Amino acid sequence: MANITLRVNGSEKKVSVPPETPLLWVLRDSLELTGTKYGCGAGLCGACTVHVDGSAIRSCSTPVSQVAGKSVTTIEGLGANRLHVLQQAWIAEEVPQCGYCQTGQIMSAAALLAKTPKPTDEQITQAMNGNLCRCGTYERIRKAIHRAAGNGGSR
Amino acid sequence: MSPLSRREFVTAGVAAGAGLVIGFYLPHKTGSREESFSPNAYLRITPDNKIIIVVARSEMGQGVRTALPMILAEELEADWKQIEIEQAGASTLFGDQTTGGSASVRTTWDPMRKAGAAAREMLITAAALTWNVPRSSCAAENSRIKHAATNRSLSYGELAGKAATLPVPTDVPFKQSKDYKIVGQRVPRLDTLDKVKGTAVFGLDYRMPGMKFAVLSRCPTIAGKVSSFDDKESKKISGVSYVGKIGDSAVAVVADSVWGAMEGRRVLNVTWDDGPNKDLNTAAVTASLKQAASKKGVSLYAAGEPAKASGRHISAEYELPFMAHAPMEPGNCTAHYQGSKCELWAPTQVPQDCRDSVATAIGLDPEQVRVHVTLIGGGFGRRLEHDYAVEAALVSKAINAPVKVVWTREDDMRFSTYRPASLHQLNATVDGSGFPVALTHRIISPSISGQKGQPVPNGVDPDLPDEAGPVYGLPNYSIEYVLTETPVPLGWMRSVYALQAAFALEGFIDELAVGAGKDPLQFRLHLLAKDQDLQYFTTTWHTARMRAALQLAAEKSGWNSPLPAGHYRGVACFGCFASYMAEVVEITMENDQPRVHRVVAVVDCGQVVNPSILEQQIQGGIVYALGNALRAKITIEKGRVVQGNFDDYAPLRMEETPIVEVYAVPSSEAPSGIGEPSVPPVAPALCNAIYAATKKRIRALPILS
Repeated sequence: MANITLRVNGSEKKVSVPPETPLLWVLRDSLELTGTKYGCGAGLCGACTVHVDGSAIRSCSTPVSQVAGKSVTTIEGLGANRLHVLQQAWIAEEVPQCGYCQTGQIMSAAALLAKTPKPTDEQITQAMNGNLCRCGTYERIRKAIHRAAGNGGSR
Repeated sequence: MSPLSRREFVTAGVAAGAGLVIGFYLPHKTGSREESFSPNAYLRITPDNKIIIVVARSEMGQGVRTALPMILAEELEADWKQIEIEQAGASTLFGDQTTGGSASVRTTWDPMRKAGAAAREMLITAAALTWNVPRSSCAAENSRIKHAATNRSLSYGELAGKAATLPVPTDVPFKQSKDYKIVGQRVPRLDTLDKVKGTAVFGLDYRMPGMKFAVLSRCPTIAGKVSSFDDKESKKISGVSYVGKIGDSAVAVVADSVWGAMEGRRVLNVTWDDGPNKDLNTAAVTASLKQAASKKGVSLYAAGEPAKASGRHISAEYELPFMAHAPMEPGNCTAHYQGSKCELWAPTQVPQDCRDSVATAIGLDPEQVRVHVTLIGGGFGRRLEHDYAVEAALVSKAINAPVKVVWTREDDMRFSTYRPASLHQLNATVDGSGFPVALTHRIISPSISGQKGQPVPNGVDPDLPDEAGPVYGLPNYSIEYVLTETPVPLGWMRSVYALQAAFALEGFIDELAVGAGKDPLQFRLHLLAKDQDLQYFTTTWHTARMRAALQLAAEKSGWNSPLPAGHYRGVACFGCFASYMAEVVEITMENDQPRVHRVVAVVDCGQVVNPSILEQQIQGGIVYALGNALRAKITIEKGRVVQGNFDDYAPLRMEETPIVEVYAVPSSEAPSGIGEPSVPPVAPALCNAIYAATKKRIRALPILS
């Protein structure tokens, strides 16, 4: 067991867990932030995507010890005060079907827009290709990212 | 429709989103809502003017929590902004609550309309009595009853008390589709906000005080059992509180976190009794299908006498593998066993089956088991099973505490129930112009229902009548079914047998078109040229509707216009779940692999309830089906499923996703299915495009094998 301190959505959190515990399960089980999803446990699907110091990472494959002292943002923190522009765009384009992967999709898209405010189709594909959606919402995801980027809701 | 005692309603409110309350609803014998107006199980109007519509199907992304309330609200003349929904748990009030077979709108279209129309008529009567004016001078509009002559109006909430005292009418008029204000509109889904905020509660997210987490070690060999286990190392893992056998073939590791349970399982030492299938492999399964092909089948459809037709004979065999649903949310269920009762929170398509199978497994009566239906992170048929519910109940009983059983991705892949592998024999007799005068299609496949011990009347799997019907009005046409058996666990996967039947039939039709030297789309239109009603079990397939869908697909895809160099098209059409579907797929070939650029999809599904949800379902079905066609294959070695995660069972990603254009043939026919019909034409249309590009005919899936 290890006592680990991390900043989650702006507030300091102390957890006592085995240091190799994936960040995903610390968020979901210790901190009860269930907006971050488990999909594959192997970094293959992106459902668990969160930001660590602003970069998108797969929390299922990131030991919590690696993020000690770092700043973690989850979907709950992304639009805490008002909906993030991507969340608004997701609503406008009516992206979600089952919705399970969408929080991870939005977190990947938010990291993209933070670095590349006006992404091209190719840049969107590159940034989002690690996020699986079994409902097949990819086309509306693309439109929503363009909308959020102010490119209009189309390719 | 019988009036339902208002005393039977009680709600256990759970998740609340802004402006929308989603409760888990269970009918209950105690509690009272005397003040509310509840003429049937689907609707409750409170004096404070809340209109609560109960959804008795499961939401797994297909939009039932929006589409079904739209149907009721339309007849109710309700203000859509006022609508709140409640999710029904397992109940005896709604008939069969199974969510599957693209049937939710089809089977609730009449009950939801009746529920809304009856309430509307009662509210009109209540207002007429209140004002002492003729009923005919009152009208319902926007959640109010209005009396135009005196410019008076009352809200539904204000009328609820009086309406509740009135008899429920049995014969109520329905609105004309031309007067619809809600049905047919792109009404925003009610579940979107929670899903983008991360506050939506899926099965895996449900929490309750004192809840433990369990991960099970299941025998990796099909039908194998636990021989013995050693839990010494598991118990050293922090948080692990219990290790014990669950049923014959699994050992549960319980901990106070999911990770603790996973770690406990990782070091658990189980000795398996591999049982009868330890030498089973995929080749043996394929061989058994080929062997069964010589058996006599049962007739599913028979027109004329194909054997007596004269002309040139053409034949081909098509093969399909086992496939896994692989929804994003792995299997899970939360159970709380409390001696004389058990409560479940299940992401399930079959709450009633969960209730009944759990009751049997833990020795309770079905009435002692309450099933709450959570949001489902993708169903695709996997949640038509109830293994997860039984496991959770057994573990909860073993530890006498609430527990959530969590499946890992590998568990979900390796202990799924699979789309049956199948073999298809096609034979045609063609005339001098190359058009078929006779066609036989023999489907050799194990039966999902048969394997589960459910009725297979006259040797016909009960799903085939919705999924493997005739497309073309040929004078001599037979579809036969040969039921085979396999030890590999089988399940209903999106579009079920329709995917198999369409891949074989529509590939073969393309072969005939090529053989005749004809354009494949014109060839199909020729076969559909005559208006015919093809009776297939309880469905009548109309060649005119398929023809219209195909013609619209030709127009929208620009079938008759030339393509850029290196681009090729393929077409396929198929009908299932009472809907008609035609698709044109456009590809290029890159390094001998197809890249799909565009799919034009035309559906005739009768009255469209919500065009935005329709587009979601058709686009989603096509993306799902492209992944299936290109790569989906579950193989068996030494009795074990080989694939485990999204690396060796790889769904479609964004880089491979084409533009999918969706068009609906305008129709005021009763609505038919939209969740599955877009799936079957994808693989044959894609393979037909590949043939156009390469002159190579693909007769076995997956394409990239």
